Amino acid sequence: MSNAITADGLRKRYGETQAVDGVSLEVQRGEFYGILGPNGAGKTTTMELLEGLREPDEGTAHLLGTPSWPRDPALLRRIGVQLQASAFFERLTAREQIRTFAALYGIEESHADGMLETVGLAEKADTREDKLSGGQAQRLSIACALVHDPELVFLDEPTTGLDPQARRNLWDLLRTINSSGRTVVLTTHYMDEAETLCDRVAVMDHGKVLRVGPPRSLVQELEVDTLEDVFLQLTGREYRE
Amino acid sequence: MRAFLNLSLAMARGLARDRAAVFFTLIFPLMFLMLFGALFKDQGVGKSDIVQVGSVKVLDGMPDKERAGLRDILEIEKTDGSAAARREALEKVRKGDADAAVFQRDGKVELRYSAADQVRSGTVRGVLNSIVQQANQRATGQPPAFALQTGAVEDETTKPIQYLTPGLLGWAVAMGGVFGSAFNLVSWRRKRILRRLWLAPISARSVVGARIGVNLITAFAQTAIFLAVASLPYYGLTLTGDWWLCLPLVVCGTLAFMSIGLLVGSFAKTEEAANGMAQLVILPMAFLSGTFFPLDNAPGWIRTVSEFLPLKHLASAMQDVLTRGESWGTALPVMGGLLLFAAVLTAIAARVFRWDAA
Ligand SMILES: Nc1ncnc2c1ncn2[C@@H]1O[C@H](COP(=O)(O)OP(=O)(O)OP(=O)(O)O)[C@@H](O)[C@H]1O
Ligand SMILES: [Mg+2]
Repeated sequence: MSNAITADGLRKRYGETQAVDGVSLEVQRGEFYGILGPNGAGKTTTMELLEGLREPDEGTAHLLGTPSWPRDPALLRRIGVQLQASAFFERLTAREQIRTFAALYGIEESHADGMLETVGLAEKADTREDKLSGGQAQRLSIACALVHDPELVFLDEPTTGLDPQARRNLWDLLRTINSSGRTVVLTTHYMDEAETLCDRVAVMDHGKVLRVGPPRSLVQELEVDTLEDVFLQLTGREYRE
Repeated sequence: MRAFLNLSLAMARGLARDRAAVFFTLIFPLMFLMLFGALFKDQGVGKSDIVQVGSVKVLDGMPDKERAGLRDILEIEKTDGSAAARREALEKVRKGDADAAVFQRDGKVELRYSAADQVRSGTVRGVLNSIVQQANQRATGQPPAFALQTGAVEDETTKPIQYLTPGLLGWAVAMGGVFGSAFNLVSWRRKRILRRLWLAPISARSVVGARIGVNLITAFAQTAIFLAVASLPYYGLTLTGDWWLCLPLVVCGTLAFMSIGLLVGSFAKTEEAANGMAQLVILPMAFLSGTFFPLDNAPGWIRTVSEFLPLKHLASAMQDVLTRGESWGTALPVMGGLLLFAAVLTAIAARVFRWDAA
């Protein structure tokens, strides 16, 4: 069976910025994969290239054995994406949002309502998109990405802005999804999260993948105490602009 | 199909909950119709006010019967014949408070009127002239050899509501089309919904189709409300034969103006910019297309320009089928033209289309 993701030499340039500079990676089916890196490292852009949201300048990405560019609706049915910045239909309530997304994938309304409950938004079902708190919007965005039971899920900083309870709940949800054989790829700035969730992580900077491996092995290889030390050793300690 | 319907529903809900959008597409044009309809309802020239300074023989000596006949068209205010009163009367005319001043000097009846309102001054001149003529006749003691009886033709097609309704409806449909697609495109791009839809297994055709469907429903609602209001006895619109041909015209017009909106939305980065650009397109076009008032008296170059404006053709075709008894013959070429226009502009918009705000 083909890999969940096979990326080969992906490059993307925005004007002067080389956002992604030759990224190749392989993610096995059923794997929980993390992409780490400082702000502006190119994580989001890499995810977008993998998802087929943008056309790579160079390189190819295959998801579940199918090229993700050009756009392929049959493939899109099998993947779920939560974008770093949430995107909702204007002036619709939480329930209407997720039902609309469910309908795009031919999913029952009752299942959509169940998903809303899973992310703890049942009480906010009738609240309009612009009246949700940051964390609630984030949860709705995740629910919309998962509503069609995708085989491969991309989550861009899913836990940013969530309170500790919601974060733990989301971890449980993602573990459940993953243990049913689905592949999860996420980016995060929380090293504890990467350590507890991810089978393997890729550390990126300046559009390149610096190192890939299970968190524990990386800690051992670099002879440090935590994943955070690994991160800082690989990407340096100075601030990013 | 379910995806398409749900997407349409999501768009329709979003639109219906946008109070400003509802106001500007449904209520605002209707306000114009109601206002203009009321303003121009009795467009015939009403009573003329004239100031009579001192005694004027032909007026004072008018037989009662003739005086009664003039009551509906002439209101005469009398003042004393002093020089101050004359100055005051002339000042009134200058300010437009009176339509004319009349006085007698050396046996001559003198009439002073303002050139500002030519229709009005023409009427006053005519009426005074006929009064003087009749006085002359009485003086000769002969019965008149010829008499001209005049009266305005109360023709249905000349009632202002008959051209206001199609014109303003065309304008309303144009606004709905341009704003509907321009705003939608810009705000969906800014809110990244375009991107999100890219990641859902739905065709671009369904997305565009849903938007067109929602716009068409809005346009039909506009048409129904317009025709219903204009047909109220107060306004008295009378539709002619194949008036329902306005529906396919509304469809083609909506497509044509949505394509303009698509182009505007492809260029504009923010909703405010889209609003400004759309206004910049629509407002001059509305005036130059004769949707507010007819262009019959406009200079030739304006009429030449208007021939190139889709709204001109939509509005005049609407008038032809709604109130002038025309049929397929006039409607079909206009529909074809509007569709061609839509196709060309959509093709251009597709070339400059951007997914991202940046
Ligand atoms: N649409 C865009 N247009 C121009 N430049 C962009 C665009 N998107 C990203 N960039 C640039 O590409 C680089 C990588 O951005 P990217 O969003 O991939 O970083 P990231 O690793 O996701 O950062 P963060 O942790 O802050 O989310 C940055 O320097 C950014 O300025
Ligand atoms: Mg990012």
